[in-house]
Amino acid sequence: MEKILKILRRKKPMDWFRFLLVWASGIMTIAVLLYLVGFIAVKGLPHIKPSLFALTYTPENQSLFPALVTTLIMVGMTLLVAVPFGVFTAIYLVEYAKRGSRLVRVIRMTTETLAGIPSIVYGLFGYIFFCDWLGWGKSLLAGCFTLAIMILPLIIRTTEESLKSIPDAYREGSFGLGAGRLRTVFRVILPSAAPGIFAGIILSVGRIVGETAALIFTIGGVIRLPESLMSQGRTLALHVYQLASQGLYPNEAYATAVILLAVVFGINALSGLVERRFVNKLK
Amino acid sequence: MIKSKTIYKLQDINLWYHDFQALKNVSMDIEEKKITAFIGPSGCGKSTLIKTLNRMNDLIEGCKVTGTIQLDGIDIYGDIDVNLLRKKVGMVFQKPNPFPMSVYDNIAFGPRTHGIKRRIELDEIVEKALRGAAIWEEVKDRLHKSALGLSGGQQQRLCIARALAVSPDVLLMDEPTSALDPISTGKIEDLMSELKEEYTVIIVTHNMQQATRISDKTAFFLLGEMIEFGDTEQIFSMPKEKTTENYISGRFG
Amino acid sequence: MIQKKKEQIMQVIFQIAALASILAVALICLFLFAQGIPAIARIGLFDFLGGKLWRPTVAEPLFGILPMILGSIYITGGAIILGVPIGIFVAVFMARMCPKPIYRFLKPAINLMAGIPSVIYGFFGMMVLVPLIFELFGKRFDMMSGDSMLAASILLGIMILPTVISIAETNIRAVPQELYEGAIALGASHERAVFKVILPAAKSGVMAAIVLGVGRAIGETMAVKMVAGNQTMLRLPYEYFKGVRTLTTNIIVEMGYVERDSLHFGALIATGVVLFVFILIINLLFSIINQDKKSGGSK
Repeated sequence: MEKILKILRRKKPMDWFRFLLVWASGIMTIAVLLYLVGFIAVKGLPHIKPSLFALTYTPENQSLFPALVTTLIMVGMTLLVAVPFGVFTAIYLVEYAKRGSRLVRVIRMTTETLAGIPSIVYGLFGYIFFCDWLGWGKSLLAGCFTLAIMILPLIIRTTEESLKSIPDAYREGSFGLGAGRLRTVFRVILPSAAPGIFAGIILSVGRIVGETAALIFTIGGVIRLPESLMSQGRTLALHVYQLASQGLYPNEAYATAVILLAVVFGINALSGLVERRFVNKLK
Repeated sequence: MIKSKTIYKLQDINLWYHDFQALKNVSMDIEEKKITAFIGPSGCGKSTLIKTLNRMNDLIEGCKVTGTIQLDGIDIYGDIDVNLLRKKVGMVFQKPNPFPMSVYDNIAFGPRTHGIKRRIELDEIVEKALRGAAIWEEVKDRLHKSALGLSGGQQQRLCIARALAVSPDVLLMDEPTSALDPISTGKIEDLMSELKEEYTVIIVTHNMQQATRISDKTAFFLLGEMIEFGDTEQIFSMPKEKTTENYISGRFG
Repeated sequence: MIQKKKEQIMQVIFQIAALASILAVALICLFLFAQGIPAIARIGLFDFLGGKLWRPTVAEPLFGILPMILGSIYITGGAIILGVPIGIFVAVFMARMCPKPIYRFLKPAINLMAGIPSVIYGFFGMMVLVPLIFELFGKRFDMMSGDSMLAASILLGIMILPTVISIAETNIRAVPQELYEGAIALGASHERAVFKVILPAAKSGVMAAIVLGVGRAIGETMAVKMVAGNQTMLRLPYEYFKGVRTLTTNIIVEMGYVERDSLHFGALIATGVVLFVFILIINLLFSIINQDKKSGGSK
């Protein structure tokens, strides 16, 4: 302690300034985060009550249950579309394609482009293409395809990274035993890379759950339990948006925001946990 | 021969990295304006020892030193300003590490750190330092271009110039030529012989020819202990210790 | 033999899957451009990009998106001015200056911040930031409400923090330790070594962080919609207390009621095209910086 004090006393003014600057920035960032989360929690927690989870939404009772179910359906369906494409693309890039070939370069360029496109542009495209051109109308199906394209680059990238982190010795070992490439990929590489891939998928779930701009024109705004994939719907995030911008039910808006935050935080924690497992396992 | 003044006085230096003892009871006097070489096989503690002389080992977590090191009679592990210590004791590293900025800014970094801001003064220091490191002629036309464009040997001499720019008393060199080609190595060795006119030079090397070529004094280390310390000539022609003889005759290491 | 067939079939399947992202980009370009460009042609490129008035529903409609282009630029600029310095300092803090226990808490917190949905940020902005701004400046600047460029810039400044921080941190961490040691050995203090040697050495990485932050800010929709006021008036850069509309919010606000197949609809898609082009430019910048880093950084 005495030593620390001595060091502190010896700092020059300019170093003090730098020292305080970075500490202040760090503290400010955390303060903003805590304030945001705390504010929503304090405002919302008291209004979480069983009626929020009633089967239907009525003007008298702003149940979030239909939105929650819609969110789950959207997550499931979007992953169903995006994960095979994403994982297979990554397998192709890492295990099959020649590094640096023209096709690989083009694929990489397009995934980077996809990763940078703002969600509103996805929403616009989804509306023109899926709802309108393909004639699906505003529907869960159109929404999930739109989101699938949106999360594709994330899945490709995280899967690629996990595949790359598998030591080549595994591959050589498998080939050495006479296994073909396919068998090596499915029996050796994928199982070892699974936690990393899984962590990436969980991250994508986070994006799906939090997305609004890409969904607002593609799945509509009806808050009802969806009857089929062609029904319109409203996810939790959209529900928060609608409640917040209508301004009619602030308490319910806060409460729904708390649930949304809780879901996102849960997903985040899960992803971290899985990733740590993966890293430990590779060690 | 005139007895020269002792600049560093080391007494009973023990050093641990966590539980591993890297230096054991090292005591030695290092003389002013001489070149002292530390030799020995890898892991013998020679690099560790040179780092204690300007307290670079402070950066290593879990590193603990006991014993005293006096520089001009002042205990450098006592209550001193370690930044001033490092101003007095310059260091050149194994791998050239020029900062990713211009040649000029590389050299001026040290003086600026110690409060010299005036352009004229800085210009003078930069030129003097670059001349001192025998690289002025090669870089004078590209002072404001990135130092990363220089060759490896030039970069290392730039790093020597950078160290000279804060006008130190001592120059520590931790295997300064191990990453360089023979021609660059030759240039730096010539430079060192010039430098000892003004500075005390302490060099770690695993190249024994280099030690014989340039140093006045040589210390031989093994497994954290200083086995033998004396005039370079004596160490290499008639070592007192059997292990020293084994090492210099190439029987291990 | 069967085994070999299977291998071949699966390889083809992987390859086809890999083409999906190419197909997606192609479709997005095709459909946006196919509907957006004719609209731009009908409005006139100059009247579209340079037009100061957006009057989509009057008898003689005007489709000038200059106010929105400027709106996006102002708000993004503001977000960068507020968010980037703090983000970089936090990155420096995390990479080089903070005690380990704090890092263990800070790192997941920043990840968490990146995961918070924009609608939550927007809601927070609506409920906290907007009233606060109104209270502080409302009277003095004759504001109708706190919805303003300032509110959007502050909110976006917060939202880009996690992006800027994590990219910058990674790059600051990647600076070789030898440079730090070199500075310390010259008698520089820890702070000086970090700010004067490490940070400049991470310059291109920090630039990449900023560019990604810009991309995030310019593309953000919901949060901006909830706090920016959405007025289509042409604003000057110093009118920070007035409401503004951006390219993204122009789309979101009007898509709800636009008539299908009208010129208005085309103009909204064209707005999307302009946004898309902005993003392509930013991506291009990003890859140029990255290439620069690869060729110049390591040596």
